[in-house]
Amino acid sequence: MPSNEWLLITVGAILVNNVVLSRILGICPFLGVSKKLETALGMSGAVTFVLTISSFVTALLYKLLLSAEITICGTTVNLSFTKFLVFIVVIASLVQIIEILLRKFSPSLYRALGIYLPLITTNCAVLGAAELNAGANNGLGRGILESTVFGFATGLGFGLALLLFACLRERLELSMIPRPFRGTAIALVTAGILAMAFMGFGLLVK
Amino acid sequence: MSTTFLAAVCVVGIIGLILGCLIAFTAKKFDVEADPKVEKVRELLPGANCGGCGFAGCADLADAIVNRGISPSRCTVISAAALKNLSAFLGVEAEEKEKMTAVVFCGGSLSRAARKAQYNGIMDCRSANVAGGGGKACAYGCIGYGCCARACPFGAIEMRDGLAVVHPEVCRGCGKCVTVCPRNLIRLVPASVKIHVYCSSADKPAARRKVCSAACISCGKCIRADGQGRVEKQENGTVRINCENPPDISLAETAGCPTGALQTEETHRAIQPISPKETQK
Repeated sequence: MPSNEWLLITVGAILVNNVVLSRILGICPFLGVSKKLETALGMSGAVTFVLTISSFVTALLYKLLLSAEITICGTTVNLSFTKFLVFIVVIASLVQIIEILLRKFSPSLYRALGIYLPLITTNCAVLGAAELNAGANNGLGRGILESTVFGFATGLGFGLALLLFACLRERLELSMIPRPFRGTAIALVTAGILAMAFMGFGLLVK
Repeated sequence: MSTTFLAAVCVVGIIGLILGCLIAFTAKKFDVEADPKVEKVRELLPGANCGGCGFAGCADLADAIVNRGISPSRCTVISAAALKNLSAFLGVEAEEKEKMTAVVFCGGSLSRAARKAQYNGIMDCRSANVAGGGGKACAYGCIGYGCCARACPFGAIEMRDGLAVVHPEVCRGCGKCVTVCPRNLIRLVPASVKIHVYCSSADKPAARRKVCSAACISCGKCIRADGQGRVEKQENGTVRINCENPPDISLAETAGCPTGALQTEETHRAIQPISPKETQK
């Protein structure tokens, strides 16, 4: 694989097709935990962690089992249509297992990410990354290593958007805002403007 | 066609089964035993997570109480009955602790304090304090943008006529407001003391009078009226009630304070804007 292909995957996932601001995935944590920079940092760390691991596992499953033609009793079946069902079950249980293991082996990491992990079990950004991996190359799916890198870069993109938004919201707290716009209203308007700013990156990749 | 369905059901079912077994296995194998005693102590704590004890929250304090032998009376907001309960559970002697309440030592509401400027900046006392000290002329008094009221986890501080007043029956004495006030006007005092001199100005008495009609002018009337040293003048000129040996609340009337800086907690709490007519008089 040529080296600029890797660059395309990473830059594409972080800036051009930012998971939050251009694909509109993972909006719930984007609005929910962006009130403080501190919690936003913890959340983006946890999302990146889960996205990387779940991208690897789902890509492995898709490549080896779901997209392959299986012959049973003389009939060939392709199970790729069950990918959503399988992915969501796999991701949810994966997060559960990671949580249990973290609590046992790394209490400090558990304390930093612990409260955010259960929130991510069914985060659509995680499912979205798995689906984007599976749907790439006309349904053939990305390679396993590429998928993992894509998952990691998607997590970084999510973190970038979340941290930028948290900084903006912390400043919004202190500014004088007309009464009808206070709270979620101004947050959504800001998110829209931030998304428009990210449209500028669209020209990076032809 | 039916084979496809059958295969799909089998594959999804088998994956689910494997994952379920895997979760059950890891949960059993790598289980971390939570100390049931810590759980119980956490339940007995108020659960306000105010941080008044200096720990990160009630769960952290519960852990410290059980594992590090911290006294349960470190919790500042716990009621006497609940503390007794908790001490009985831990098998330690309940420490008698006086209930503390926060008091804002300033009576300069908007209609009493002179204005020096129109403040249009960020509506937070700490920002205003940096940027020239807000709209009121007194450099020692309540700025009145309510950062203490926002910091209070119990909603015990109310902004009345541009002055922070504490409702002692709601206040649990955690001290959050004390640290947040940029003018250091708030202090924790025993809740049984119901009379105070509500002024913290360290200016010359005449200068205080100029910027606030409710300022203590250090005339000493209350000190003389009391006559037993229960009201004291401090080094910087402010007058304070001796909280260890407080005078009766009737002193508020008998002393005849010329500005009304000496008042009961009840009248301070019930502060009302003065009508413009009255001010002209």
